[in-house]
Amino acid sequence: MSFAEVVDTYWLYFLVGQYPQGPLGGLALTIVLASLGLLLALPAGLALGLARLSPWAALRWPVTGLIHLVRAVPLLLVIFWVYFFLPSITGVKTSQFSTMLMALVVYDAVYLAEIVRAGVQGLPRVQVEGARSLGLSWLAAMRLVLLPQALRNMLPSLVSQFVATIKATSLGYIIGLSELAFVTTQVNTQVFIYPTQLYLILGLSYFVLCFSLTRVAFWLERRLAPVSGQHPKLPARQPA
Amino acid sequence: MIGFDNVNKWYGRYQALVEITETIARGEVVVVCGPSGSGKSTLIRTINRLEPIDSGRIVVDGENIHRRGLDIDAFRSRIGFVFQQFALFPHLTALQNCTLAPVHHRRATAAQARERALALLDRVGLRDKADALPSALSGGQQQRVAIARALALQPSILLFDEPTSALDPEMVGEVLQVIKGLARDGMTMVVVTHEMGFAREVADRILFMDAGRILERATPADFFNRPQHPRAQQFLADLRSPFTS
Amino acid sequence: MPAFELSLLLSGPYHALLLAGLQVSLALLAVSFAVALPLALLVALAGQAPLAPLRGLAVVFVESQRSVPLLAHLLFWYFGAPELLPPDARQWLYEGDVEFLAAVIALSLYYGAYMAEDIRSGLRAVPVEQLQAARSLGLGFLPAMRHVVLPQAVRITVPPLLSQTLNLWKDTSIATVIGTAELMHQAAKVETESFRSLEAFAFATVCYLAVSLAIAAAAAGCQRRLAPGWRP
Ligand SMILES: Nc1ncnc2c1ncn2[C@@H]1O[C@H](COP(=O)(O)OP(=O)(O)OP(=O)(O)O)[C@@H](O)[C@H]1O
Ligand SMILES: [Mg+2]
Repeated sequence: MSFAEVVDTYWLYFLVGQYPQGPLGGLALTIVLASLGLLLALPAGLALGLARLSPWAALRWPVTGLIHLVRAVPLLLVIFWVYFFLPSITGVKTSQFSTMLMALVVYDAVYLAEIVRAGVQGLPRVQVEGARSLGLSWLAAMRLVLLPQALRNMLPSLVSQFVATIKATSLGYIIGLSELAFVTTQVNTQVFIYPTQLYLILGLSYFVLCFSLTRVAFWLERRLAPVSGQHPKLPARQPA
Repeated sequence: MIGFDNVNKWYGRYQALVEITETIARGEVVVVCGPSGSGKSTLIRTINRLEPIDSGRIVVDGENIHRRGLDIDAFRSRIGFVFQQFALFPHLTALQNCTLAPVHHRRATAAQARERALALLDRVGLRDKADALPSALSGGQQQRVAIARALALQPSILLFDEPTSALDPEMVGEVLQVIKGLARDGMTMVVVTHEMGFAREVADRILFMDAGRILERATPADFFNRPQHPRAQQFLADLRSPFTS
Repeated sequence: MPAFELSLLLSGPYHALLLAGLQVSLALLAVSFAVALPLALLVALAGQAPLAPLRGLAVVFVESQRSVPLLAHLLFWYFGAPELLPPDARQWLYEGDVEFLAAVIALSLYYGAYMAEDIRSGLRAVPVEQLQAARSLGLGFLPAMRHVVLPQAVRITVPPLLSQTLNLWKDTSIATVIGTAELMHQAAKVETESFRSLEAFAFATVCYLAVSLAIAAAAAGCQRRLAPGWRP
């Protein structure tokens, strides 16, 4: 079988997996999973970030601890915990998709929390004082004055976090989720003679996806000159 | 109206306020001056609890304001504070900056707040800039909007921390003009400033601070013509001949 | 779920398996770090070079590494790249520890790219006025760099490099995908052999946490020692 024939046979499988005969897979699954993960993590990340900034120690300390804890262990470990232990609590086997989604939400929420924190702390201090001196409560100051500015400054970081999430979905491979990398390996086992080409195509696909998003983030960063303060530095690079 | 009773404050091991006892009456305009680092900002920021204190009491309108359990937000909404760096909210227009707090505190409906804010912007000479974002305003204009924003809550006291120090010289006058107008209307004000001409003209009283203490309290005439404390004499001498300092 | 059996982790065959895994993980960390850091320096310098092709090469390297997940890099170096070698070389490779080697290559290149970016932004974070001010005090270019610019650049660069090292440590776990016998791989192995998932993953978690905390503590210590009261 020539490589052209391989491409001809498997391109659709590469893009959407067995869909519509079977479950969605391939590139489409990667994108769906990453989008869903980040989207669901947004409210949680916002809440955790605010808790970490809050003046109430009883809220701040546990959340800070949780964030440090999750950031100190590999994402893969989070995935394994969800995969092996959630069923023993709930009694039903968790599907690979739900497992991966849950792990991604936990991981993203923690990283988003740090982005929110950096975004708010990057604003000039006098903005908080200005809001509080008008009698706004801490929450009102956050909601009406600080977050609107911070969220705008955070937009490039959010896009970068999306890139990180796309890359992180590849770990689904390890629990047998048929995302892009897994599907490629399946094709490789069937075809067998073109591993170099197949994995180059895999890399290239991720590259096109992630690099163009990185450019979007870069463009946003220039386009949205911060209204005040600075763009928050991403607190860490993207989880792989 | 504002009473300090033996107030002390530390930043770590540095004592920024030392045994401050002072009373400021309703309708009084008090100018606080002194060398850099003497504690002027710290003093004025304790009046609306932007800075906590370590001992003593501060009573405003009969209320011990560093008491636990005080509704600090309600309290602050009755005191205006104007910052050296303006602190306008950059994502809101001049008008929205002025209506945000009154609407939030339910002092007024959106329409009423807007009405009042426009009148206040008119008073500071900026009615035509109502829909401008802060970034489109000059420093002097921003500071005038900040004053209008503080006035929108109809405060009983206005506090100014070096309101003209961040301005280019040609804009200082327009801001001082607005503050003078407020003084004429009988507003209770505490103003930290290095503008001695303004102090001489507007202040009822001058407090001179150094190293966290109030060393001299005097009328402008006495302060500028017959300063008592050696540090105050030195301070004024340095002001007159800036090259020796 | 059966009760937690600590003794399983303290001695016996599973203990040995897990401990061996930890050793491989630490070796991955040490070797990859030792390769990645000099590589990062080279790439960062190439990124500043007066030759445009060299700069272009640096950009292509960094972007191609960072825009592809580490897992895909690992798959490529393990399954894809050996096919490019002549048969004898491949044979020799497969007799050695190819899983470890592929993991080191992938991790070093990937983190070399990330660290290069950290070094580059550290160099750029020192304002040009600093160099100009030093020069106007009569320091030559090299003394100015040595006494004024580099000390500041190093202070800016070390904290992100350390947090990158922490990420490298966590990402050694992904090498499990190509069967490198590191900690995560061994934990999964113990899990399948003994069905003791709780014990196995608890062991792994404690190990990852301990090393991560050690690196984080080093970062905090460095920050204090390098820059007492210093702010960029
Ligand atoms: N957050 C802080 N932490 C530690 N020390 C502080 C802090 N804020 C102020 N200080 C110190 O307290 C002293 C008084 O500061 P303050 O800002 O009140 O002075 P100031 O009279 O307003 O000076 P300036 O005219 O320069 O504004 C200074 O010595 C200053 O270094
Ligand atoms: Mg001050």
